[in-house]
Amino acid sequence: MENKKTRVIAALVENKPGVLHSVSNMFRRRGFNIESITVGRTEQEDLSRMTITVNGDEKTLEQIVKQMNKLIDVVKVSQLEPENIVTRELALIKVNIPDNKSRSDVINCVDVFRGRVVDVSPEALTIEITGTPDKIDAFLNLMRTYGIMELARTGLTALSRGVRSIRIEE
Amino acid sequence: MTKMSGAKALIESLERQNVDVMFGILGGAVLPIYDHLCKSKIRHILCRHEQGAAHAADGYARASGKAGVCMATSGPGATNLVTGIANAYMDSAPVIALTGQVPTGGANTSYMIGRDAFQEADIIGITTAITKHNFQLRTAAEIPKCVKTAFYIATTGRPGPVLIDVPKNVQTEIADIDFSNGIQIRGYKPTSNPHPLQIRKATELLAEAERPVILAGGGVITSNASPELMQTAELLLAPVATTFMGKGAFPETHPLSLGSIGMHGNPVANKLLCEADVMLAVGTRFSDRATGQLDHFCAPTKKIQIDIDTAEIGKNVDVDIPIVADAKKALQALNERLAKQLKKKAGTPWTRRVKETKAQLNPPPKAGAKELKPKALLQELRKLLPEKAIVTTEVGQNQMWAALYFNALKPRTFISSGGLGTMGFGFPAAIGAKVACPDRPVVDIAGDGSFRMTEQELGTSVTEDIPVIVIVLNNSVLGMVAQWQRMFFKGRYSAVKLGSVPDFVKLAEAYGAQGLRARSIPEFIKAVKTALKSDVTTVIDVPISMEEDVVPMVPPGCGINEQVGDY
Repeated sequence: MENKKTRVIAALVENKPGVLHSVSNMFRRRGFNIESITVGRTEQEDLSRMTITVNGDEKTLEQIVKQMNKLIDVVKVSQLEPENIVTRELALIKVNIPDNKSRSDVINCVDVFRGRVVDVSPEALTIEITGTPDKIDAFLNLMRTYGIMELARTGLTALSRGVRSIRIEE
Repeated sequence: MTKMSGAKALIESLERQNVDVMFGILGGAVLPIYDHLCKSKIRHILCRHEQGAAHAADGYARASGKAGVCMATSGPGATNLVTGIANAYMDSAPVIALTGQVPTGGANTSYMIGRDAFQEADIIGITTAITKHNFQLRTAAEIPKCVKTAFYIATTGRPGPVLIDVPKNVQTEIADIDFSNGIQIRGYKPTSNPHPLQIRKATELLAEAERPVILAGGGVITSNASPELMQTAELLLAPVATTFMGKGAFPETHPLSLGSIGMHGNPVANKLLCEADVMLAVGTRFSDRATGQLDHFCAPTKKIQIDIDTAEIGKNVDVDIPIVADAKKALQALNERLAKQLKKKAGTPWTRRVKETKAQLNPPPKAGAKELKPKALLQELRKLLPEKAIVTTEVGQNQMWAALYFNALKPRTFISSGGLGTMGFGFPAAIGAKVACPDRPVVDIAGDGSFRMTEQELGTSVTEDIPVIVIVLNNSVLGMVAQWQRMFFKGRYSAVKLGSVPDFVKLAEAYGAQGLRARSIPEFIKAVKTALKSDVTTVIDVPISMEEDVVPMVPPGCGINEQVGDY
């Protein structure tokens, strides 16, 4: 059995209703697993960009790209080269603050991880942190000792380094 | 630009696509469309169930090569189309399905999409996984472009069904309609020309081959590539096996024909495919029923795969030389190079091997057999039908007997539900094929179980004057599952006996069709001759034993060269 790997697939899709459904439905029906998916507008207003993190062997990854390409509303798909991409994820974390000592400890950690405190209340801090998923995982591990009250992660988004892009020339 | 209603724009758009016939059932949510349809030159065939309408459109498409159109109302009408749409999707048939839908808005807001209105079903959500693409219209103005796009997508590349959902308020909306707009689909650009480098590599491999074999799938028929396939086979002196869907792509009486491969494939095809050193696979997705256990499927054989759908390359079987292209264009390019590069071959040990294997494993039928066995019956049927006659099948034993023993001679003359295996497909598909080819005899090779699933279309065939012939191999059981229960469940019959009802002769007569019964081969021959002369649909009831097995067979989990039972 070939080793499974995690890869990032970027797709430009028509910005219209039902496209997210047809993409996610294709993944579900063919038994492909989505680890995370982010969707947002692009600089071309009729196109959206999907960034999908998937896990599978080489053959599965190839099928995912091919099957996505078959969808009419998917305009362009590309498997990003793992050694050649910038990836980011944003997390909002509400951390339990039992006392003043904890508060300053948490704020120190936030500084080290170059996060920001975006809301303060007597019993909690809400923190914004951006980075690779690994960095966010590491920060979350630290915060667990204080108690994470709530967590929202955006899922990963990514771009190729350098001048490479998957732009559509009109 | 003309002011008109969405309903009128839809009908006019269909006329502009040269639609001359459609199959459907009306209902509340499509009344405005039907109100314009009756003024159109498009012939509407009123079916008795929407599944029948979808299968008829599918049969029409496969027989004619044009898109078949079916229509249903919202809710249950639309969901009744689903099996037919899924069937067309699995077998890559160009079908356009039109469905009515509750309004997107209007005065009575409780009767609106998303409010669980009367006869509302989310047909877009339901059919996303079984259509090549689907659309829900929001305005009347977008209708001409949407219809053009739908036909383009359904009929190009790897064909498939496309559904257009038309909310009722869009049908009644009056708008400025412009039919002149061109279409542009930036996410859909089917490849059709082969890459020259891949053609060169394929030529080199084939020129070196000592035991080349061609595996032709349904894609050869879809792209009308049978003449090119014949040329390739004769240039290479390569025997041709087909998949079940490829039946008809190559005349099965040709000396180089091996028949079809698969679970109930011809033993000659299954055996020799595994002995080849180079396989040229054209327009096939290597389905599980065709390949058997994949680990045993021609592992040492070098494989060239021509397919228009990139995703089919390497999906099930790894190949050495992939060629993404239309089958016809790829074979033309290949033949051109082969003709230059190949020395004219005389008989080789491989062609002798083909001849010997055929003589050994496909012995000629015994002359004058009287006993009514499916094999003899189908071989007789071939003699009775002209070459261009169209045969459809139901699903189950009848279908696999037909695969084994009925020689298909021309493309688009053997129409069956290969991928989805839909019982009830054959009869409405025969009606569709007859509408496409009114001058040719159309015969549905049926079993009693399958025929019962869509037999109500007898009403359609009689009232719409579409005479076809249904041959019911009547064993009063769901024969294929009964066979599996005998073979793999120690003969414990569970829920397979249908009983000897109805009397199919009387059933046919009840509909105003002709009913005949044949209990021997001579009676069968007489019945078919009578049916061929009839101008009304004929049902020929042929009682057979419920113990009859379809053999040879590749047991599930085995390789195709591990077939059991004699041909």
